[in-house]
Amino acid sequence: MSGVEGYMYPNEITLYWSVLIVLYPYITGLVAGAFILASLERVFRVEAVKPTYRLALLTALAFLLVAPLPLVLHLGHPFRSPEMYFTPHSTSAMAMFGYVYMWYLMAVLVFEIWLDYRREIVLFSRSSTGLLRLIYKVMTLGSTNISERSLAIDERVGWIVTLIGIPSAFLLHGYVGFIFGSIKANPWWSSPLMPVVFIFSAMVSGVAGVMLLYMALTRLRKEKIDMHCVDTIAMYMFYIFIIDFSLEMLDLIHRIYEADESFRSLDFMVHTQLYFSQIVLQIGLGTILPLILLFLTQVVKLPEIARKRIYVVSGCLALIGIFAMRWNVVIGGQLFSKSFLGYTTYKMSLVTREGLLVAIFLTLLPLAFLWALVKLLPPWPDKSEPEGVAAD
Amino acid sequence: MNLSRRRLMILLPAAAVAWKSVLAGTPEESPNYKMSEHWWGMLIDIPKCIGCGNCVRACQVENDVPDGHFRTWIERYHRSDWPMTESGEVTANPLIVPEVISPDGGKEGFPVATDTEGKYFFVPKMCNHCSDSPCTQVCPVGATFISPDGVVLVDPTYCLGCAYCVQACPYGCRYIHPEKNVADKCTLCYHRITKGLTTACCEACPTGARQLVDLKNPNDPIHEFLKTHSVQVLKPQMATGAKLFYNDLDGSVR
Repeated sequence: MSGVEGYMYPNEITLYWSVLIVLYPYITGLVAGAFILASLERVFRVEAVKPTYRLALLTALAFLLVAPLPLVLHLGHPFRSPEMYFTPHSTSAMAMFGYVYMWYLMAVLVFEIWLDYRREIVLFSRSSTGLLRLIYKVMTLGSTNISERSLAIDERVGWIVTLIGIPSAFLLHGYVGFIFGSIKANPWWSSPLMPVVFIFSAMVSGVAGVMLLYMALTRLRKEKIDMHCVDTIAMYMFYIFIIDFSLEMLDLIHRIYEADESFRSLDFMVHTQLYFSQIVLQIGLGTILPLILLFLTQVVKLPEIARKRIYVVSGCLALIGIFAMRWNVVIGGQLFSKSFLGYTTYKMSLVTREGLLVAIFLTLLPLAFLWALVKLLPPWPDKSEPEGVAAD
Repeated sequence: MNLSRRRLMILLPAAAVAWKSVLAGTPEESPNYKMSEHWWGMLIDIPKCIGCGNCVRACQVENDVPDGHFRTWIERYHRSDWPMTESGEVTANPLIVPEVISPDGGKEGFPVATDTEGKYFFVPKMCNHCSDSPCTQVCPVGATFISPDGVVLVDPTYCLGCAYCVQACPYGCRYIHPEKNVADKCTLCYHRITKGLTTACCEACPTGARQLVDLKNPNDPIHEFLKTHSVQVLKPQMATGAKLFYNDLDGSVR
């Protein structure tokens, strides 16, 4: 049989979870990570990262809007997906997705963004014209009171929402890890560490993503990058990355030392089919190299330009490495036979519903959403805004 | 219409068959079947299996199983003798690395075994109809479920086709139907067993290597068999409550 080595159970030869299911934890991870970065400022009062606060929230929203798309597109019957809301199965980890997602989207992210932007939305609804005016009017939800007292309440409620948001972000992504970690039939997935590893890698990717977006957008706007802010973000990224790497290595060492019945088979897979994506991309280029680079910025006093370059390179490498990690989990988990006697291959199609083009489109779509969101709700202080307007 | 007697004699039997099929219509209900009185499983007697592939073919015809996918299949194991180098070193453990083949699920039988050393045997596989089934546990909408008489079924009008159950089955018994785009698997010929018939695979087995068993029926020979034979289930460490009982199962089978 083509693409099969050794013995696979005959129904295992086809992989049912494609590159779209790789994208799903990747995108949700970016959401969770971006939100955690935003909460650093809001809840933990890390003032240095304030310039990225709103951008982080909008990034989280843009990616969260796309998060369910790869899932729905991959379903055999996409139009039956509402059944997950109406008749969820109480013992299924996947059944909770709809609820966790809606909770996070509506109760946390949209609510927090609305509270944070309420004053601007009201002001825009007065100053803009035409269709835009109508959009802003709808977005005020009829709440036009922007007195100082009212804004103080917004601030207080927003803080509470962020406080609730942190465990929610953990829930959202930890739960994605649980979907894989709870499958006892699959030794490559089955691990209680899976949700934790997913959360920390999510934080790394989200923080790296927002940092890169902030640097790119600031450059596009021809503004000066706030180095204190980027330095602080990079420091957090470094520390979270260390935790993430330690957890991943703990999982690996544990597997190697325990060497259970699946070990021989999985070990072979990591050294052959997954060698490039796991050893080279995920561990080497995607983790160890950025860790070394970030470590340098922490111990050596480097000039600004060098730090900037290091941050960009290590941010990009981290994003690639974490994508590789998702790939290795999802695709790697289906390449070996549950008989531990053989391997299959994943042939990615190009133009089908679960093909490469759709995957690329879904990766770029959040950026388009983000562009629209940034246009609608500018995340940076508007210099042209006359100070007096706020007081009326 | 000009119809000769000769033609009429040819057409009548054909028409009778067609009429019979029309009369059959949708399968009738089974008014005398009480789900609470049964708890289905299957006994697979490995020494009796000759790897003919009758069961695979019968299943495919009876249940319209798409090519390349299997509700049941047969594996042929070859557990070699202990391989040693000339200097007397043992190079592999045949219990851990048996050679297994299943060409087209064993549908057309197997090539002649040429190796004289070691041990060859056939292992028919299918859904284990687990009582603590990991596949039904993970279904996000409950489209797959365990019937009150112990059969794991899928409601194709309800299944989303997310394939989570395919991932969760430790035995590789599920697949996504290429045309219906829903999870598909062995139904233990539910349409037959509820009418007092046995499954297609058991019906077609020439040696009686497969036997449908009703664990709630005190007169079922399975009870005596379980007392007198060494019976095992696949991957017992998975604790799935499998109800596919294998007689004389080799330790290398997984």
